[in-house]
Amino acid sequence: MKKYYLSLIQICLPIFLLLVAANFVHGQNEINIQQEINVLGQTKPIPVSIEGFGAEVRDILKFDLYVQGFTFVTPDAAQYQISGSSTGNVVGRVVDRFGRKTILSRSYNGATLRRQAHAFSDDVVLAITGKKGIAQTRIAFKVEAPSGNGEIYVADFDGYNAQAVTHDGVIVSAPSWVPGRAALYYNSYKLNNPDIFYHNLTTGERKVIAHYSGSNISPAASPDGSQVAMIMSRSGSPNVWVANADGSHLRKLTSTSEDSSPCWSPDGRWICFATKIRERRLLAKVPAAGGKVQVIPTPGTPNPTEPDWSPDGKWIAFTMQAGEFDICVMPADGSASPTILVRGEDPSWSPNSRTLIYARRIAGQYKLSLLDVYTKQVKDIRQISGSDSEPAWAR
Amino acid sequence: MKILKLVYPMTLALAVVLAATGCRNHRPYGVTPIPHEGGGLVNNLGPGGTLPGANEPGGGPQASLSGFDNMTQDRAALAAYTIHFAFDSSVIRHSEDANLQSVASALQSDPSTKLTIEGNCDERGTEEYNRALGDSRALAAREALAKLGIDPARIRTMSYGKDKPVNPAHNESAWAQNRRDDFVLLHPKTGA
Repeated sequence: MKKYYLSLIQICLPIFLLLVAANFVHGQNEINIQQEINVLGQTKPIPVSIEGFGAEVRDILKFDLYVQGFTFVTPDAAQYQISGSSTGNVVGRVVDRFGRKTILSRSYNGATLRRQAHAFSDDVVLAITGKKGIAQTRIAFKVEAPSGNGEIYVADFDGYNAQAVTHDGVIVSAPSWVPGRAALYYNSYKLNNPDIFYHNLTTGERKVIAHYSGSNISPAASPDGSQVAMIMSRSGSPNVWVANADGSHLRKLTSTSEDSSPCWSPDGRWICFATKIRERRLLAKVPAAGGKVQVIPTPGTPNPTEPDWSPDGKWIAFTMQAGEFDICVMPADGSASPTILVRGEDPSWSPNSRTLIYARRIAGQYKLSLLDVYTKQVKDIRQISGSDSEPAWAR
Repeated sequence: MKILKLVYPMTLALAVVLAATGCRNHRPYGVTPIPHEGGGLVNNLGPGGTLPGANEPGGGPQASLSGFDNMTQDRAALAAYTIHFAFDSSVIRHSEDANLQSVASALQSDPSTKLTIEGNCDERGTEEYNRALGDSRALAAREALAKLGIDPARIRTMSYGKDKPVNPAHNESAWAQNRRDDFVLLHPKTGA
């Protein structure tokens, strides 16, 4: 009991000093409390303190929160104070210093400390921002050996618990999750042709859904999983095609040139892709049911490729190339010019449309990193050997 | 300073009040059990060894890859006639005409042969974009060979994007070497 009161005073004292200070000193703190205006790449991170916990859990919490727009300060400078312990199980709480109350207090059991820590960090993000966190999400990506051959992997969003999905020793590329399901589409050269495979991750069952002359690449499952968009060149030019989930009922959607990287709008109505019109690389979109191709202007960002439409429908992230490669984000409705964020390629949105996973190129090799698009905070995820690229976030 | 004198007793008093009222808040009010291994996702990865029905889905009329199945690759025969491209371009330059003519002659001299054109890119492009660009390069050569009288049904195209550079260096001369179409002659398997 004695110990309990001591820690209570330690926690409460700064709160009340602040409370009193806020009452006596006008203005200053009120400005900090509300910071709802999020500007891409320019938002200030939310200051939090983390006390207690063992090193492993503290590192996990810091990683998870950093890539979701938090920064770490001393308790007396923190807007939210996170504290707890991790002996045996994770127990944690969050105190809102300005709101003067405990907004989260929870314990976790089962699985591993790592999973408990991720679950706690998701609860922290939800308690503070009102939005679902990303700490228990999964990614898929490709791991390439110097030979050019590689395998498809899946892992936790931070690169831990990575598992090879394929064991074919051939060129693979472009894994794409079926939304809401433990299933992937990807491109594999296993049958001596770039074909599209469907792979059920629960049963291990695989099916070739596109194996035609020329390329069958860059698959993208529709939001409801009933269809798949892909790039095929069976008609003599790489174009956007759509098929049912099993590869049946093929329809050619475009007749532009060098189309690549289709992605779906979250309402399933549009397919956005990279293309070349009059020798200029552009982004464009086409109705998924067929129709006229519309160019999506990306002023100030030359050679756009690899678009990814955010799950909330608001943004399109893509790669621009002007010598080097940069990650850009623009409003999907074209209401503002793209914002250039960081060096990198092939962005994929988190399920909550706030963090991107992307590939960073260093001397021809790729590493995967996470980018919080509002604060531009970046962290590398845990790497598998070789070159890790073409990330796809499960959502 | 007067304020400070006030603040401390006030703070202590408030702390005591909180100790009485807020104490309960410190006990976790929720216990969340965490399921093992991400809730069963990707638990049971099979070998993924079975690949049934490679040709059946879609069933489009141009799925003619089976015509190339029983062929042996001869990579050396046409290795001298590799053609190269300008940066980010799939346009065949006139300087490559002689090589294309040589490939056409080889195919014409033995009608039992077929051809794989492998399109490749330098590393200065994103991955899937390069796969499409390599495809365009291979398809451009196929079209050129068709104009020289070769039946396009004897030709298949394959893009490797930037996965198969001949020179792994990161400089202009390596890039120029890597932007290419390789021609692979296919012979029927003996006895087939």
